[in-house]
Amino acid sequence: MNRLKAGEVNLGTSIMAVQFDKGVVIGADSRTTTGSYIANRVTDKLTHIHDRIYCCRSGSAADTQAVADIVHYYLQIYAQMNGTAPPVEAAAGMFQKICYENKDGLSAGIIVAGWDKEVGPSVYNIPLGGGVFRQPWAIGGSGSTYVYGYCDATYQDGWGRDETVNFVRNTLSLAMSRDGSSGGVIRMCVITEEGVERLFVPGDQLPKFWEGREVLSAPVRKWVSEPVPMAVE
Amino acid sequence: MPSASPYHGPGFDFSNAVRNSFLQEKGIPLPKATSTGTTIVGCIYKDGVILGADTRATEGPIVADKNCEKIHFITESIRCCGAGTAADTEFTTASISSNMELHALSTGRQPRVVTAMTMLKQYLFRHQGHIGAALVLGGVDATGPHLFTVAPHGSTDKLPYVTMGSGSLAAMAVFETGWKPNMNREEGLALVTAAISAGIFNDLGSGSNVDACVITATHTEMLRNFVKPNERVEKERKYGFRRGTTAWKTENIRSLVVSEEVTPVGGEAMDTD
Repeated sequence: MNRLKAGEVNLGTSIMAVQFDKGVVIGADSRTTTGSYIANRVTDKLTHIHDRIYCCRSGSAADTQAVADIVHYYLQIYAQMNGTAPPVEAAAGMFQKICYENKDGLSAGIIVAGWDKEVGPSVYNIPLGGGVFRQPWAIGGSGSTYVYGYCDATYQDGWGRDETVNFVRNTLSLAMSRDGSSGGVIRMCVITEEGVERLFVPGDQLPKFWEGREVLSAPVRKWVSEPVPMAVE
Repeated sequence: MPSASPYHGPGFDFSNAVRNSFLQEKGIPLPKATSTGTTIVGCIYKDGVILGADTRATEGPIVADKNCEKIHFITESIRCCGAGTAADTEFTTASISSNMELHALSTGRQPRVVTAMTMLKQYLFRHQGHIGAALVLGGVDATGPHLFTVAPHGSTDKLPYVTMGSGSLAAMAVFETGWKPNMNREEGLALVTAAISAGIFNDLGSGSNVDACVITATHTEMLRNFVKPNERVEKERKYGFRRGTTAWKTENIRSLVVSEEVTPVGGEAMDTD
């Protein structure tokens, strides 16, 4: 089950969504592969579903595009019939229904995120089997396994926009550097009540972390700080 | 001409699909389809879109057609290059072309490139990759120039320059080194030709000639056999044996013409005047 069909276009991916007080930040790498060939190095995996609802796609490109197109269509009808923007929960529910009912035929790992007037910002993770899980932050795709520890050690409640954008950028950069199926540029969206702001980090301006010391004579950098475990009440 | 069966409707017949996949699993190979082991490309330039294709069709190791057409008609200002199974690209593009014409008639507008792209991806996704059509779709509509790739499973990409088929790696290498934004017609056509040529010369599945198609808002120009780098030349040597090559001892000439003498028997010759 959930095996990719031979020759299928794959989103071997690093995707992420994090909520903050005023909205959500979503992000993704830009690599699309067919086997060992990069079919698209500047892919946009952050897909518009409604005015304030986006999704991050991972798994089969064909499957996730088809599912996203269907939910996009249903939410247009929802908005016309109700005269209001649909809640993020409704979008996540539609994704979940399609992914669960067709779980044998689909390989789609989707993160739905957005802002609505009922609950404000929210992030829903819909992994392979077709469950839905509301989370303050979610990561997905093949690159995500490398950065669970980093996210657990770094994430804190109560961040503002800029800290959240930094967290997403750093996490994706780390995931892309370790996962061969992820790479290229980082695309991000900040979704708030006011609107959707797109951010772009070129491939030569990704934040760098420790990559091994190149030159023997280089001075040893001063040790700065260590991650501090969260205080438990 | 065989008449249509009263038991089957038109279109695909999947009744043997399960049996065939079982036989294939057991090691019995499926019959080979004519495939366009291909180089196809597309590129956006200042005034529109340029599409390119080679002209070789293969059947396993055999060149089935040395000068086939891989740039298919969708509408006057939308064209589509096909790679993969030749029959599938041919009939898929023909069917979408037909539906686009009906769409134009029913809406009273010139349909957009995204419309063709959506029709193609939904059709290919519905057949779950069993229709082996890998396409490069390009054209100009009311919203400007557009260029897409459509993979057999139904995923699409939108890029300023694209390649597909077995020669896509060679062609992409040319695009990645030579592409720049806002090229003029001559530069664009030269780059597309160079990309297809890279496929023709470096990929075994591609060969023969370069076809190109220049689409602008006002005009579509199909450049069939734009470059012919593999023309057959007159054989330089004659392989017949010269008179007197074989020595002989005796000469004996016989007449092989049978001579007949006709003697009219009885009656008088008919009066023909």
